[in-house]
Amino acid sequence: MKNGSPNNQPLHKSFNNLKKEKDMSAVAHAHEEDHGHHHKETFMTKYIFSQDHKMIAKQYLITGLFMGIIGIAMSLLFRIQLAWPEQSFAIFEVLLGKWAPEGVMDPNVYLALVTIHGTIMVFFVLTAGLSGTFSNLLIPLQIGARDMASGLLNMISFWLFFLSSTIMIASLFVEAGPAAAGWTIYPPLSALPQAQPGSGLGMTLWLVSMAIFIASSLLGSLNYIVTVINLRTKGMSMSRLPLTIWAFFVTAIIGVVSFPVLLSAALLLIMDRSFGTSFFLSDIFIQGEVLHYQGGSPVLYEHLFWFLGHPEVYIVLLPALGITSEIIATNSRKPIFGYRAMVASILAIAFLSTIVWGHHMFISGMNPFLGSVFTFTTLLIAIPSAVKAFNYITTLWKGNLQLNPAMLFSIGLVSTFISGGLTGIILGDSTLDINVHDTYFVVAHFHLVMGISALYGLFAGVYHWFPKMFGKMMNKNLGYVHFWVTAVCAYGVFFPMHFIGMAGLPRRYYTNTNFPYFDDIADINIVISLFAFAAGAAQLVFLYNFIHSIFYGKPAEQNPWKSNTMEWTAPVEHMHGNWPGEIPEVHRWAYDYSKPGQEEDWVSQIVPLKEGEEELQH
Amino acid sequence: MTAILTLTVLVLIGISIWQISKMFDLSQTERNTSQIANDKDNNTQGKLMFAFLVFIYLLTLYSFYAWGSVLLPEAASEHGSQYDNLMWISFALIFFVQTVTQALLHYFSYKYRGEKGKKALFYADNDVLEAIWTIIPVITLAGLILYGLYTWTSIMNVEENDEALVVELYAQQFNWKARYAGQDGVLGDANVRFLQDFDGKNQVGIDATDPNGLDDVIVQELHLPVGREVIFKMRSQDVLHSAYMPHFRAQMNCVPGMITEFAFTPITTTDEMRQNPDMIAKVKKINKIRVEKSKDLVAKGEEALEPYIFDYLLLCNKICGASHYNMQMKIIVETPEEYEKWIAQQPTFAQVIQ
Repeated sequence: MKNGSPNNQPLHKSFNNLKKEKDMSAVAHAHEEDHGHHHKETFMTKYIFSQDHKMIAKQYLITGLFMGIIGIAMSLLFRIQLAWPEQSFAIFEVLLGKWAPEGVMDPNVYLALVTIHGTIMVFFVLTAGLSGTFSNLLIPLQIGARDMASGLLNMISFWLFFLSSTIMIASLFVEAGPAAAGWTIYPPLSALPQAQPGSGLGMTLWLVSMAIFIASSLLGSLNYIVTVINLRTKGMSMSRLPLTIWAFFVTAIIGVVSFPVLLSAALLLIMDRSFGTSFFLSDIFIQGEVLHYQGGSPVLYEHLFWFLGHPEVYIVLLPALGITSEIIATNSRKPIFGYRAMVASILAIAFLSTIVWGHHMFISGMNPFLGSVFTFTTLLIAIPSAVKAFNYITTLWKGNLQLNPAMLFSIGLVSTFISGGLTGIILGDSTLDINVHDTYFVVAHFHLVMGISALYGLFAGVYHWFPKMFGKMMNKNLGYVHFWVTAVCAYGVFFPMHFIGMAGLPRRYYTNTNFPYFDDIADINIVISLFAFAAGAAQLVFLYNFIHSIFYGKPAEQNPWKSNTMEWTAPVEHMHGNWPGEIPEVHRWAYDYSKPGQEEDWVSQIVPLKEGEEELQH
Repeated sequence: MTAILTLTVLVLIGISIWQISKMFDLSQTERNTSQIANDKDNNTQGKLMFAFLVFIYLLTLYSFYAWGSVLLPEAASEHGSQYDNLMWISFALIFFVQTVTQALLHYFSYKYRGEKGKKALFYADNDVLEAIWTIIPVITLAGLILYGLYTWTSIMNVEENDEALVVELYAQQFNWKARYAGQDGVLGDANVRFLQDFDGKNQVGIDATDPNGLDDVIVQELHLPVGREVIFKMRSQDVLHSAYMPHFRAQMNCVPGMITEFAFTPITTTDEMRQNPDMIAKVKKINKIRVEKSKDLVAKGEEALEPYIFDYLLLCNKICGASHYNMQMKIIVETPEEYEKWIAQQPTFAQVIQ
């Protein structure tokens, strides 16, 4: 192979290997020969158009973090407006310019900020930034592969993501402002430029950006699936896979199933907007004019959107849960409790996640009978979720907990996953949804259960695998500061929001001052905003720690956390192909921590069973 | 000027973080510089975990103490009591589970904080335990689902009947209108294509050739007689809106191109709700806040805020554009006599277009 990338085997060749897993070592040998004639890497091929999964993981992480800074900064801006509505702030004048005349935020800009905050956080940070980073980094390393099945597709996937990020950022600078119809961009609001300024060029760019994003996500997901199925090293059976890989694998499958549907929704919306079709529009009179659209239905759009939108929640959350499973087991020095149940619950959640989308639409005008069906399937999801939570707690029980920053974030995730998940019982119940639908109660619920939980998963992953990614250690004390301020503030922000929602306050209101009835929640809004600012400041500690440690961090040892999984058997120094020489063979599952009869409290997956040693989980 | 100040603050924050990390670095030079948690870290962080549990509990208690009064008052509709019951049952369950699981999670994190030389228990599986915590949620949720579905069906099953009052809620950017069916109890056909007829006097686009529509009454304030079922037909002329009446536990989206439905029976008149002790306390609190705010306003030479009197609200609860935050209509629930008197004074569609 001339281009020196060790794993640019044609896909069909990989597929041929499907049935002969045992021949994997032969493939490994083939790779080895490549290593002899590496051609010289240039800056371009190493850092920019890299096909190495480890570099692509870093690219995803850094792009995701950059988008995260923008997304969180936006939330701080609208938190200022919500706490001190319609007051003048110099920071608005500086950052929003003409959209904040005399420093007072314009209502349209408020909606734009809310919209882009949601879009960026859900898709760009928690889908691409989280899943993109850790799937890329860990899939080949934890299953014992030289690289992804297709390095080229992997590279294209990242650059499409980068392109879509660029377009999304560019949309912030168009004349009439970016998309402002909420991150769900329901038509007709999103379809008609007459309805709001953000539905002009800003919305077009949003749709284009998302279409490219979906393409990127699909390429990535297909690659992950193929890699996990085909490129596992010898001995790495599916039932020996670490839970991280199970989570990434199943996440990729949900992505492949549901993202195309969002693409179709986006394409139909583009047609309605630009080519006069009526998929989602009918009987509209706006700005003194009757429009020609006839026969479409916005409810159809809602179905298509949420067919992705709900699985998306799990696309965001499952990788975070996989990461925590790994980190909690490692740092408890105990096997993850109920490995099979954990895998089964991942599969159950994945399956159920594709048949619950209607719970976002109980009061959309959809037939109430359908509402009953969706209530049923939705509440079922609580069962595998409960199993997961209990299994995490039992894993901690009688452990020898190493409370590293990654571990704190993982425990924090379980805490917010429970707090946020429980209110899902209210929202998933069609009856109770009637009065809390689209209120701040929903905002509180999903921020805790998927927003904060997934962010904790992201942070946990960064702290845990930083040594693997950059060969350096992050400062643990800054990590502790980061965790505790964030943990207190996350509850400080979202717990009170439940009360605002139960008071009947709708979300996406620019100000509540037009309703004297809500005057008594003004002070809650100030409390929430103050917590939000403190939480934002805590992220600066993380950023500083992250950047500083890349350059000046303490050099990492090969296996700092004494972990069993395979990535820690690879050398600290990054190399194409991950392992010098042959890929190690796997002899056991990933969770032999504190196993009786062993000297250490860990046994790497590549260590053969001792004579007479019993193997678990097979 | 303020921009410079903001920048200065940001720079100062940056410097202080840098200094803090310097301090950490220095304090570590003598001992182990490893960035992996040692016994001391485990001890501190484990105790902090326990403190965090206390924080969660205190936050919960404080929130109820300080903000319990902002919650919605007792439901003002017939099905509302069913709704509230289900809500309280669900909440009781949630609080129980939340209290117990958070306690276990954080207590274990504290109790089993690591110590050098200690060995964790190798405990990978227990089918009985797992079966228990699968089956308990199954049973609990089955109960909740059944109760929930029973309530849902009884709320959403709207049957047309002669007794009921039929009212159309008509949404547009950014206001609400209500159309009463008039003497015949039947709403006239309507479509946005009729909106421009009669020089814009046809406010909700009634088909003037449909005799059912001529006696319809269009108003900007919703009056409802207490104790009589109201069947709402929702329409929107431009984008999605949502008719949200929180005090009645009622909400339904308004979708352009289709008619959606929701029905409820109001059981508490506006006057009665104003006499509700919780409401009196709430209004008093709100007025106290308004008096305080007015002082500031007057000092700035602006007008003082008017004192607040409670009224039921219809709010828009689906993002609909710039003034989404101010799309509201007053709802007045009154005795049937008062209602009849009021409706008789409103002009019919036929009178409006003449």
